[in-house]
Amino acid sequence: MTALVIFFVLAALAVLGALNLIVQRHPIHSALSLIVVMVALAALYLSMGADFVAAVQIIVYGGAIMVLFVFVIMLLNAGVEERTNASKLAGIAGIPLAVALLGFLAAAIARSPGSPEAASQTRALADTHSISMMLFSNFVYPFELTSFLILIAIIGALVLAQRERP
Amino acid sequence: MSSFLTANAALIITLVKIALILFIVLTVNAYLTWFERKVVAHMQSRWGPHRVGPHGLLQPLADGAKFLLKEDPTPAGVDKFTYFLAPLMALALSLTSIAIIPFGPQSLHIFGYEIKLQIADINIGILAIYAITALSVYGVALAGWSSNSKYPLLGGLRSSAQMISYELALTMSVVGVLLMAGSFDLRAIVAQQARHAQWGFFGWNLWPQILGACCFFIAAIAETNRVPFDLPEAESELVAGFHTEYASFKFAMFFIAEYTAMITVACLIAIMFLGGWLSPFPATPFWNFTHYLPSVILIPFGLWVIWDGIRYETIFGRLVLPGIGTAMIAIGAALIVFPAANEFIQGPFWLLSKILFFLFVYVWLRGTLPRFRYDQLMSFGWKLLLPVSIANVVITAFIMLLLRSGK
Amino acid sequence: MVPTNYYLILSAILFGLGVVGFVFKRDIITIFMSIELMLNAVNLAFVAFSQARHQADGQVFVLFVIVVAAAEAAVGLGIIILTARNRQSLNVEKVDLLKL
Repeated sequence: MTALVIFFVLAALAVLGALNLIVQRHPIHSALSLIVVMVALAALYLSMGADFVAAVQIIVYGGAIMVLFVFVIMLLNAGVEERTNASKLAGIAGIPLAVALLGFLAAAIARSPGSPEAASQTRALADTHSISMMLFSNFVYPFELTSFLILIAIIGALVLAQRERP
Repeated sequence: MSSFLTANAALIITLVKIALILFIVLTVNAYLTWFERKVVAHMQSRWGPHRVGPHGLLQPLADGAKFLLKEDPTPAGVDKFTYFLAPLMALALSLTSIAIIPFGPQSLHIFGYEIKLQIADINIGILAIYAITALSVYGVALAGWSSNSKYPLLGGLRSSAQMISYELALTMSVVGVLLMAGSFDLRAIVAQQARHAQWGFFGWNLWPQILGACCFFIAAIAETNRVPFDLPEAESELVAGFHTEYASFKFAMFFIAEYTAMITVACLIAIMFLGGWLSPFPATPFWNFTHYLPSVILIPFGLWVIWDGIRYETIFGRLVLPGIGTAMIAIGAALIVFPAANEFIQGPFWLLSKILFFLFVYVWLRGTLPRFRYDQLMSFGWKLLLPVSIANVVITAFIMLLLRSGK
Repeated sequence: MVPTNYYLILSAILFGLGVVGFVFKRDIITIFMSIELMLNAVNLAFVAFSQARHQADGQVFVLFVIVVAAAEAAVGLGIIILTARNRQSLNVEKVDLLKL
């Protein structure tokens, strides 16, 4: 019972944050809404028993990636978005269609019989120890590849940020 | 009524613990400011606050009253939502990280309920504290940006860049301790040091992890924006850095956030590297007489406070100081008379004395060292501290593998 | 006990909102943030399935997704800064030099 209440509160928080991201006109407010979504998702992971993933989500996503976004918004002095020339009719006709699509999707998911029992409060296998064992035995090749990926990203960012040679 | 209480006992106990620890932490914050001003002043051959109350002890109350009553202007052109959010975020995040710190090994048993000396005993303890530290960069960055002014923007950007850089060294320097303890839980880290309790002071994590301890201490000073890493809020260069445009109560929120972060870091160093609540004396029966150390410290100190208070210049001091001294002597005597209370108080006493020692070192550094230049600061963090902490991880892992394969 | 389907519906809603943001916003940084929102929705689905099947594979994959998102954010924001400098605007509709 309390698990359901916690789920609905956190889910509402995440959806409101996502809606706010779309509705706000200044990028910094959208960034703050995205941080709210990430923290709500991390709390959901915690309620599911995935504490390591929750901590990594906040440290890496919320504490590093979003800080990068906020820095870029500050440095580029991003202002409020300008008005667009898109047609209003498309917006008015599109929203009911989007809701209908979403409803079909949700109904299809809700009626699918494939999901096994409930997905929370189990601490069975997913503690830090088992994640690390799996990371270094089954997934060691992708793990080493991600280190290359990060190196490529660092070199790419350095090259992009160079000043033009006079 | 009583059935409601018993049904929700855990929740009510947690709420009471939260209220109590919030009160204690805020009071310690206030008196930490008094402590800092007195110690720095005496290092500079002057008295600090000594007029407001006996020995300036009521100065924090006066400061608090000032913060509450001063005018709180909002500059024009600020981004209102972010301007109000930034100090709130900084304060809330700093106070949250106190919830994960354990203050003693044993639990209180009142009316059959077990009350641990910790609010949240989660098994990713230190990782949760790092998550909160990672989010506290926003308080600084958003404060600087939303103030719509040059110096706060520069100070905020510099400070957040500094905090992110030193966060890496902070995280890596602890990995050696985690390898030795085998768990993220703070109680497990102290339990691992308790396995060598018969060596007392030499069984702490400080000695095998001396590199990690130094890296952690330096990175923690940079992370909390204290001297010598306080260029972003340097008073002579950047007016007041990211909190220039913040007035009374919002400035007080930043202030409390900074001091609470100091207290949290002191707690973490004490728990991870200095054995937490373990005594520096070996835990063998021969050294049992050291269990009376709290009383041995409290009773003479209380006598000195009474003697100083009797001859104090103001009448208020002549009433209050002997009262404080008598309370200290009463507590010390009670600890001697009730051995159960004495055993219970050993853990928290040693943890608090280590925390106090580190707070003193923080304040000592403030009174002594000049501050780094910004480029020196960044190159120190990336080119020296981060490689040293990574090397610490590699060396620790190597030695642990050797020791384990030797068996 | 919360059924897995609830988490999947939440993931679908967040993903849909990410798509809406990606299609309808004109500020390039907000578009990028909608991409991050979509990635987060996928992470939620992964963790929900990992808990439903009592395996840790889903959570390991979430770690990989987070790492890839970090690398992509670094390079992508570099590109955004360069584009903003070149076109003096953060509006994607201004990046139209290849238009006929």
